[in-house]
Amino acid sequence: MLYREAGQFKTNYFADQAVFPIRQDRIGVAIILLLAFVAIPLYGSNFLLQAVVIPFLIYSLASIGLNLLTGYTGLLSLGTGAFMGVGAYACYKLTSLFPGVNILIWMICSGFVAAAVGVVFGLPSLRIKGFYLAIATLAAQFFLQWCFVRIPWLVNYNVSNAIEVPQRMLGDIVITGPNASLHTRYFTVLIIVVAMTWIASNIVHGRIGRMWMAVRDQDIAAELMGIRLLRTKLLAFAVSSFYCGVAGAMLVFLWYGGAEAETFNINQSFFVLFMVIIGGLGSLLGSYLGAALIFGLPILLRLLPDALGVPMHSATIEHMSFLIVGGLIIIFLIVEPHGLARLWQITKQKLRVWPFPY
Amino acid sequence: MRAPSSPSEIAAGDVLLAAENISLSFGGVKALTGVSFDIRKGEIRAIIGPNGAGKTSMLNVINGFYQADHGTITFKGVRRGKMRPYEAAEFGIARTFQNVALFRGMSTLDNLMAGRTLKMRRSFFWHILRHGPALQEEVEHRRKVEEIIDFLEIPHIRRVPVGRLPYGLQKRVELGRALAMEPELLLLDEPMAGMNLEEKEDMCRYIIDVNNHFGTTIALIEHDMGVVMDLSDRVVVLDYGRKIADGAPNQVKQDQAVIDAYLGVAH
Ligand SMILES: Nc1ncnc2c1ncn2[C@@H]1O[C@H](COP(=O)(O)OP(=O)(O)OP(=O)(O)O)[C@@H](O)[C@H]1O
Ligand SMILES: [Mg+2]
Repeated sequence: MLYREAGQFKTNYFADQAVFPIRQDRIGVAIILLLAFVAIPLYGSNFLLQAVVIPFLIYSLASIGLNLLTGYTGLLSLGTGAFMGVGAYACYKLTSLFPGVNILIWMICSGFVAAAVGVVFGLPSLRIKGFYLAIATLAAQFFLQWCFVRIPWLVNYNVSNAIEVPQRMLGDIVITGPNASLHTRYFTVLIIVVAMTWIASNIVHGRIGRMWMAVRDQDIAAELMGIRLLRTKLLAFAVSSFYCGVAGAMLVFLWYGGAEAETFNINQSFFVLFMVIIGGLGSLLGSYLGAALIFGLPILLRLLPDALGVPMHSATIEHMSFLIVGGLIIIFLIVEPHGLARLWQITKQKLRVWPFPY
Repeated sequence: MRAPSSPSEIAAGDVLLAAENISLSFGGVKALTGVSFDIRKGEIRAIIGPNGAGKTSMLNVINGFYQADHGTITFKGVRRGKMRPYEAAEFGIARTFQNVALFRGMSTLDNLMAGRTLKMRRSFFWHILRHGPALQEEVEHRRKVEEIIDFLEIPHIRRVPVGRLPYGLQKRVELGRALAMEPELLLLDEPMAGMNLEEKEDMCRYIIDVNNHFGTTIALIEHDMGVVMDLSDRVVVLDYGRKIADGAPNQVKQDQAVIDAYLGVAH
């Protein structure tokens, strides 16, 4: 009985309406935060930070964004890549036009631009659902990507036709550009991702989250209870695109250091969708687990042959991780749509009664 | 939120809702033809009739899910031709469904909390923080929802996703979700269909209690005649989309047209 709530009595509804009512969960979150803020920057290698942890965090945020829309509100989107792109291009334009304003402010503002674009492309969602909506968002994906390629104004008429991240400071610290230190970028990403996860968790645990899930589960009943479908869906599109937009801006400004239109193609959309499916639809924790699996798996596969003493070609490893991810997606879609997050819940349930079978 | 344009207070026994000359058709199918009846404040009004008579369609017209081709609905003195479902909800009309329409992925508690949506007013900003007014509001409504959970005797399934509950309990949670809206008029579409005897008895008790203690006016569709006779104050009978009888249960039971309709006599 490692994980149990016995003896933890809630004396009021304040405590019981808390996001983590069980003490072990709160301790778990504290440990993870401690790892992220202290252990990883102290002991993590540069490779770990740059190739694993930073992209993992950024993609976790994008997954949360898509999960709010697809997992919580039940609206399937294939436009995630494009909405991330909107964030990246908006951030680039804003900081080029107003270099005096802090880049962090522009990263958040680029989320608002993405939200506005998301709302426009979310308008058809009142009339169409499921597969057809997915096609509509696909149209958004291609249209926006076309804009990224064809409108040179978006990249300040650079000959490379790509975003070239300029150097920006916060006080004396270089945050973006080639001279920004790895640790600065890591902490910037970490703080933004943690704060936005906290906000997402607040939203989904309150009235708005319930409205989204109500629309997902039974839109007719939801409407007859006074929930306005269009408003609710558009709010989901807005918040979701906001998250994707900020993730896109961070992807370019704090990880890649530059990007062209191809960065935000349909593969990017599917990449994030896979994370959401594997991690678990309708779960914030799942968004992290999905991103962790997709980024962790290739690394594990690379370490595994060494540990076993079997040499393996790096192309083979890449193919293997493709195969495994593909297989997992099929398995999760068929067997467990709530993904890794649900498996984790089942494990917790087992721990709660351990060592007894029931 | 828009309030009714001139909400007049209705005393018990006065007409709360009047349907006048309602007609509704789907393509060639006439679901309702010139149906008029009223519901008085505080009563339990049964709507009965054979399968396909148009009972569910009538409820759908009342809460705005279907738009009648002809006719008007007057609720609390406000007469309307057209209305959106969420407006009906804002007017104080709640309902349950013939085929349970719960939010299956959500817990019992969240289903009932979702029923409080219209009564929650805190802005998006406060929800982002989940602090201060938003949390305060959340807790206030939680208290109200817990009262309903106690009333319906379902505290043990508070945290269970409703999709995993047995059918009888789902029906009860659905009643709870409607009650969470604190409606003035509660529409129940076959609340006892598919239940065993014990569950039916419980459900009858809840319906009577809701009517007595909260003073909620109830319109009830039910096939079980025994239940209808016990529960309802007045009964309206539909057959092939037309009203064929209207009155006290005993009176309706002896009506020749009703007997014929239920025995399937050719028209
Ligand atoms: N959305 C719809 N589209 C087409 N026809 C419909 C629709 N809704 C109802 N009808 C038709 O209207 C008629 C009345 O149906 P309704 O569901 O109101 O009957 P009911 O009295 O509730 O029957 P039951 O006892 O079987 O629930 C039926 O002939 C039905 O086929
Ligand atoms: Mg019916």
